[in-house]
Amino acid sequence: MLTVERLTKRYGSAVAVDDITFTARPGRVTGFLGPNGAGKSTTMRMMVGLTKPTAGTATVLGRRFTDLPNPGREVGVLLDASAQHAGRTGREVLTLAAQTMGLPGSRVQEMLARVSLTDTEARRRVRDYSLGMRQRLGIATALIGDPQVLILDEPANGLDPAGIRWMRDLLRGHADRGGTVLLSSHLLHEIEVIADDLVVIGHGRIAAQGTKADLLATTGTLVQTRNGKALAEALAAVGTSYTDHGVRSAAGITTLRVDADPEHVGQHAARAGLALLDLRPAEGAGLEEMFLEITAQTQREGDVA
Amino acid sequence: MTTTVQSEPAASTTASTTTSTSTPTPTPTAASAPTRIPVRRLVAVELRKSFDTRSGFWLLVGTGLAAVAATVLVIAFAPADQLSYGTFTLAIGKPMSILLPLIALLSVTAEWTQRSGLTTFTLVPHRGRVIVAKGIAMLLVGVVAMVLAFPLGAIGNLAGTTIHGVDPVWDQTAADLAYYALANTLLVAVGFMLGVLVRASAGAIVAYFVYAFVAPTLLTLLAMGQDWFRKAQPWVDPTYSQGALFHGGFGAQQWTQLAVTSAAWLVAPLVVGVVTVLRSEVK
Repeated sequence: MLTVERLTKRYGSAVAVDDITFTARPGRVTGFLGPNGAGKSTTMRMMVGLTKPTAGTATVLGRRFTDLPNPGREVGVLLDASAQHAGRTGREVLTLAAQTMGLPGSRVQEMLARVSLTDTEARRRVRDYSLGMRQRLGIATALIGDPQVLILDEPANGLDPAGIRWMRDLLRGHADRGGTVLLSSHLLHEIEVIADDLVVIGHGRIAAQGTKADLLATTGTLVQTRNGKALAEALAAVGTSYTDHGVRSAAGITTLRVDADPEHVGQHAARAGLALLDLRPAEGAGLEEMFLEITAQTQREGDVA
Repeated sequence: MTTTVQSEPAASTTASTTTSTSTPTPTPTAASAPTRIPVRRLVAVELRKSFDTRSGFWLLVGTGLAAVAATVLVIAFAPADQLSYGTFTLAIGKPMSILLPLIALLSVTAEWTQRSGLTTFTLVPHRGRVIVAKGIAMLLVGVVAMVLAFPLGAIGNLAGTTIHGVDPVWDQTAADLAYYALANTLLVAVGFMLGVLVRASAGAIVAYFVYAFVAPTLLTLLAMGQDWFRKAQPWVDPTYSQGALFHGGFGAQQWTQLAVTSAAWLVAPLVVGVVTVLRSEVK
């Protein structure tokens, strides 16, 4: 159980995290989603006491992180896999974590096996690790204390497809055994696959939160055509409402989200003699739309605005 | 959260006993109640961290080799009539007084420069405890270095005088050795202080060399030219008053001078550094 209440972080006049409240529950994977710079990492650092919040509280298992007597045994944390002394071997990094937590040395070997780092790899220094290997080492550090709660910032970064699959299974298994998992990502589709609950953050504020099922509930139809204006007129003529997602300038393709089923849209397009490039139920399109909006505002990419 | 009802009579038919409390299972929900991490354990971890990297390991080996080399050089090149225990301990102390502060400095700055602090301060979310543990660890390193330097000097003295065919001179009293140990410990403390204050390896090393080599040279020149500064130097120049320790024989005034310069140039900046460490954000 992880609770964040009215957490706020200001740097001078800039607001990095603005009054956010959410809960990550046991037995569930909570996805913390937002574009780069939205405030995810700052929020996570505040959760574990690396950054002091301007206002608000974060508690883990009902206590502030800094009040946990031996935090590594209760909360596994991975904030940045590259934040390791480059001159230490992977095995040494794990040994230090195990010693700090008061764990037997045998845990190190167990964890190396758990994250599939070979003995040869474990003897190499972190400077020679790929990002994927660093992520595995970071996951091993987070898991070594057998914690109930996991807080992971972008853990899938740098992993290959097999690694992402492995990570997914590992986090799913942790939640299924009753653990709490909070993981962040800036990729909607990455998090869609694994999360049970979603917290979407943009500009330091929570844009949406709830179960994935609720947030991704089917809402209308996504349709693409090169003749967006004619399709919009045809739909307007029969009183069907829609949202214009804009034109991809290079290809001249218009995307509409229509508040009707695909058959209805297809029939009216056919009647108007319009060729469609894509026609499908807009599963999660509402969320995607919102997420793109947040991302567009942050990154100012003209194409999606 | 769980409470055990102690007043329950033993006649209860259930097989459960209240004594089996620590049976950890691999499921994430059944962790045994953890206890607070003792400082002793943190000190051990910090000691290990100082020497488990290539740079840390070679600094340690280098310090040892330099001490042995200094002994050999004294035997080889010092005139026979100047061979004494004091000559050896002074020669051995020279490389140590340069390298030990660097070990202390790096033990702090690595957490920021190498960013390992992200893990360190998450596993122990009380930075003050980590800094204290590092301080104790570095003090231990200094003590062990002294403990090794004294017999090494003695061996050198015996070997050197035997080779040159003269009688060994034991010119160091216990008090002299204590002065010597205090001087080296203060230097280690200065390295530690600069690490805490600067929190970046390159910057702190530069600051250390300015403190230990550049500033003393300039201040000596200043003292040669300016009479007022020659009188003030023992009160304001920390390397002057600390360096005086190697000659020993302190009176009340010299102790006061050492206390004044140490308060201004060691304790005060250390306090500023520690406060900044406690308040700053670890990224």
